[in-house]
Amino acid sequence: MNQLIDILHSLHPDVDFVTETGLVENGILNSLDIVTIITEVSVCMDVQIPAEEILPENFDSAAALWALVERLDEA
Amino acid sequence: MLTNILQYLDVTARRLPDKLAFSDGTGGLTFAALDHASRAAGSALLSRGFSREPVAVLMDKHPEEIAAFFGIIRAGCFYAAMDADMPEPRMKLILDTLAPRCLVCDAKNLKKAQELAVSGAFTGDVLLWDELAASPVDEAALDAVRDTQIDCDPIYVVFTSGSTGVPKGVAACHRSVIDYTESLCEAIGFSEDTVFANQTPLYFDAPLKEIMPTIRLGATCYLVPRMLFSFPVPLCRYLTDHKVNTICWVVSALTMISSLGALEAHKPDTLTTVCFGSEVFPRTQYDKWRAALPDARFFNLYGPTEATGMSCFWPARDLAPDEPIPVGRPFRNTDILLLTPDGRRAGRGEEGEICMRGTCVTLGYYNDPGRTSAAFVQNPLNTAYPEIIYRTGDIGRYNERGELLFLHRRDAQIKLMGHRVELGEVEAAADAEGVRAACCVFDAPRQRLVLYYAGDVTPDALLAGLKNRLPRYMLPAALHALPALPHTPNGKIDRAELRERAEREQI
Repeated sequence: MNQLIDILHSLHPDVDFVTETGLVENGILNSLDIVTIITEVSVCMDVQIPAEEILPENFDSAAALWALVERLDEA
Repeated sequence: MLTNILQYLDVTARRLPDKLAFSDGTGGLTFAALDHASRAAGSALLSRGFSREPVAVLMDKHPEEIAAFFGIIRAGCFYAAMDADMPEPRMKLILDTLAPRCLVCDAKNLKKAQELAVSGAFTGDVLLWDELAASPVDEAALDAVRDTQIDCDPIYVVFTSGSTGVPKGVAACHRSVIDYTESLCEAIGFSEDTVFANQTPLYFDAPLKEIMPTIRLGATCYLVPRMLFSFPVPLCRYLTDHKVNTICWVVSALTMISSLGALEAHKPDTLTTVCFGSEVFPRTQYDKWRAALPDARFFNLYGPTEATGMSCFWPARDLAPDEPIPVGRPFRNTDILLLTPDGRRAGRGEEGEICMRGTCVTLGYYNDPGRTSAAFVQNPLNTAYPEIIYRTGDIGRYNERGELLFLHRRDAQIKLMGHRVELGEVEAAADAEGVRAACCVFDAPRQRLVLYYAGDVTPDALLAGLKNRLPRYMLPAALHALPALPHTPNGKIDRAELRERAEREQI
């Protein structure tokens, strides 16, 4: 989880990713951020996020994204 | 005689009153509703004494915003749409240049508009769109304005990045937009059956390529919610759900879909025409799109805002493996001059600056004679009579087939996610935040801006400051403090060194 927070923090140092639950809804993450997160998760955590899982609900909070990464990692 | 873009709307609203013109996917406006709202708003503006002047628009992207544009034109005024997410200091720079006496906003942006008035950035009247659109129509007043409009009257001002930190407002008239609409429809072959999905924000000239053909031909255009451009499968599903057959998108939007595997997960197989532009399309991604939609027609579009929307098109053909994608040939009634630095026409295979000649050339930069006269110049090949051409600052050459190739920029302007960014404007904003020196470079392989600076402020604090000055798309992806910036032997900041450094950097 800390690694994921680091990735997010490097994109938006001014956002508190532990409490923010509207990353997509509130327009904090743009399309470039989403692509960067997918790339970084692949490179740093060796988890590939397939196209079908790139959905707003999976990126709206650090917790949701972490749940996705864990689910994909187990599969 | 076609002299006014309102003629398109007049004709189509009579011919196809009940057809859906613009939709955001839920609600929308028919041509009759669009026409009526524009007449009501135009009448309301006239009754308040506004005519032949700029009107700022602060609205969320929505079909009603397009009705507002046409209402403003019906009053004989010209619109300048503002990015509602733009930081206030930049909005103030734009309002200073435009000096509008009124601003049209929707209910959602009313508070922001009132804040602009309180801060002194804007001193005119704030007009609520819903009230304008519900006003009575005064046909006699609208007709009287129409009788005095001529085709070189402005209809919009679009603001683009400027290297000194002050945005430039490109003003365009009826005639150049009619010229663009007619030649674009002919070149790409749009029809009444075209269903567009618009990607670009409405505060640029880019959406004209959907808005104007939709109204000219009686087509339909969906304004895709911006959030979907982060989520490729829902985006492709939106296209197929609405039976969209034509898209004209920036390359980064298409690349996002293909690089993340969405063409396989949900192929947008309703598409028959795919236009792309504003950036160089990476060949691997372009090839993926062509392979996924073998029966669709693909076009590269190229052109500067200063020459009204797009100016050149290239119908896709098979390319050699390492062959760059050409920008093709100019639309009908547009001429390209490739000029060498000494003002000659570039010879066969020789590089030159791409210059635009024709009705497409816009009126210039609004309230900015200095920068206008630097870019809108007398054709150096013609000394016999006045003839203004636009110098794009893009360097190009023709290939063996006679197709124009874009090579690179002459100066420090780059394209990022389809947006024009003057690196100097980012540096000017950093300068205003109190750094000693700043140099913004473009890491092209990773498509990101990197800012190097010397100063006491931390990168996080500087980024927070820049967020108050620059639109989102101009914010650097990385900021690095250095004890001092490297210089070239002749004392200039060594941009090339910093650019290489940015490209070497591990993220």
